Amino acid sequence: MNNLIVMPMALPVLMGIILLFLRPYVKVQRSLSLLVFVANIGISVYLLHLIQQNGVIRLDFGGWEPPFGILFVADSFSMLLVLASSIVAAACLIYSFSSVEPSFEKNFYYSFVLLLIAGVNGSFLTGDIFNLFVCFEIMLLSSYVLITFGGKKGQLRESIKYVIVNVVSSWIFLVAIAYLYGTVGTLNMAHIADRIAESGQTPTLTVISVVFLTVFALKAGLFLYFWLPGSYSVPVTPVAAMFGALLTKVGIYAMFRVFTLMFYHEQQITHTIIGILAGLTLIGGSIGAVAYKDLRMVAAYNVVIAVGFILVGLAVATPAAIEGSIYYLIHDIIIKALLFLLAGTMIAVTGQTKMDEISGLIKNHPLLGWLFFLTTLSLAGIPPLSGFIGKVLIGEGAVGSGSYVLLALAFISSIFVLYSLMRIFLTSFWGETIISKDEEIPAKKGWIVSTCILALGTIALGLGAEPMSVYIQDAAETLLNPQIYIDAVFGDN
Amino acid sequence: METLVTILAGVLVTVATYLLLSKNLIRVIIGTAILTHAAHLIIMVVSGLKTGSVPIVGEGDPVDPLPQALILTSIVIGFAVTAVSLVLAYRTYQEVGTDKLDELRGDPDE
Repeated sequence: MNNLIVMPMALPVLMGIILLFLRPYVKVQRSLSLLVFVANIGISVYLLHLIQQNGVIRLDFGGWEPPFGILFVADSFSMLLVLASSIVAAACLIYSFSSVEPSFEKNFYYSFVLLLIAGVNGSFLTGDIFNLFVCFEIMLLSSYVLITFGGKKGQLRESIKYVIVNVVSSWIFLVAIAYLYGTVGTLNMAHIADRIAESGQTPTLTVISVVFLTVFALKAGLFLYFWLPGSYSVPVTPVAAMFGALLTKVGIYAMFRVFTLMFYHEQQITHTIIGILAGLTLIGGSIGAVAYKDLRMVAAYNVVIAVGFILVGLAVATPAAIEGSIYYLIHDIIIKALLFLLAGTMIAVTGQTKMDEISGLIKNHPLLGWLFFLTTLSLAGIPPLSGFIGKVLIGEGAVGSGSYVLLALAFISSIFVLYSLMRIFLTSFWGETIISKDEEIPAKKGWIVSTCILALGTIALGLGAEPMSVYIQDAAETLLNPQIYIDAVFGDN
Repeated sequence: METLVTILAGVLVTVATYLLLSKNLIRVIIGTAILTHAAHLIIMVVSGLKTGSVPIVGEGDPVDPLPQALILTSIVIGFAVTAVSLVLAYRTYQEVGTDKLDELRGDPDE
């Protein structure tokens, strides 16, 4: 029992409500919301350390013992993701300070950012499947608002599609929960896992698991990513960065949790489906990434490729692959935020969205250029940057289990990632400088600071793979041995 | 009774699907609201429609209180989502000047 584990969700919720009353005081809003994310970073580092010493921590709300009450469970996997999401949120917030219009800031922009992060962190931490649905909804409701900030035609048009796709997928989630409750009679995730392990995963349960897979595939953009590129390319830059970095990752997290904790008994059915979908996602994402000239579309399709890549690890499900997936998930949260921020900055300084309308940017913005180059290398998996270790481990897992098709698709997609981003680097940063320094909108200090924080993050994650590996191995061990999680929930507190 | 409510849920899903597939934005939003209510009926029916006493404090065989709590939570969420999407639809109509979904496709030049 440790009350601290509710903080990553409670702090943003409370602060989000307080900020509603501080509408005219923009400076106060900024500093308070940044304070929340910095505090969350500190709390999650401390909790990671605590989990390392004492094992998985849980918190029963109102003293109702599981399985009767709802609870938060913090294992290394959840905490690592909370940490990564807090870092990204802080960086995007710093970017927002100098990029969003003053009218947004006076219209509850920061409140909605805080509520979005509250939903994300809540989804990572909850130990109850209905609570997961509620946290998803908190996150989605704030995202519905954030996507329309600016009120441009394109934004409203895409947000309608985004809202309706998500409402329908939430409905499927609700129905899946109803079926699951009807079948096993509980909603506590550890209790469900326990009961399924006892009774065996009957065909009914396998069907329910596929319904869950559909929901999370829609949310994560696993094969059902048709809505993703459109909606991720319209919001203002910091919001797009948070969407690209965090929202699909919550779906991936849910998939990992559900298919390693509860429905892991019929892997030849469920994990085969995940594998096929991951392969198709990699193919579709790769085609999309090289098909567009719009910078934001290329970035959005890179999100799709990463989703496929991470889920190759889940489909293979060997210890090395799961470990690799966790590495890659954290790497991807940081690097996708960086990619979206850089693409947004390029668009902001030049006023153009297509890569062939931008040229010779490196002359006036050398730092921006080299940061973009660094992002490209990190996404392609060049050592010592953070993408490398995840790719190696997922590859190792795929070789170990003999899934050579997935292995080939995963690594060919990396070449497509490299090509799609190199193309931007070559056409937009190199070549003749077509706009002079005076005509350009100068890059603001906040933009450079936030992108540098994330760039340092990817370097640190790559170089610090060794010290990080303790936590990641612990996370993978908990995922692979559901009994650890179940014992932590039903053990003494 | 269970069969009847299941059929009712099915009817609601049918109606909602029909509305979701129409071109009018308001109809689509009403469709999503009806869809959510179908899910509520499903939640209620999977745990069994039994009569019994008040849970925890009552005597005798109690009813399961959990589905009702779930439905209540879900109704609140559905209400909020419907409200947001109606506002969004109105803003879109103001800005784009149409509520037909096939005219909302947009052109690639924007």
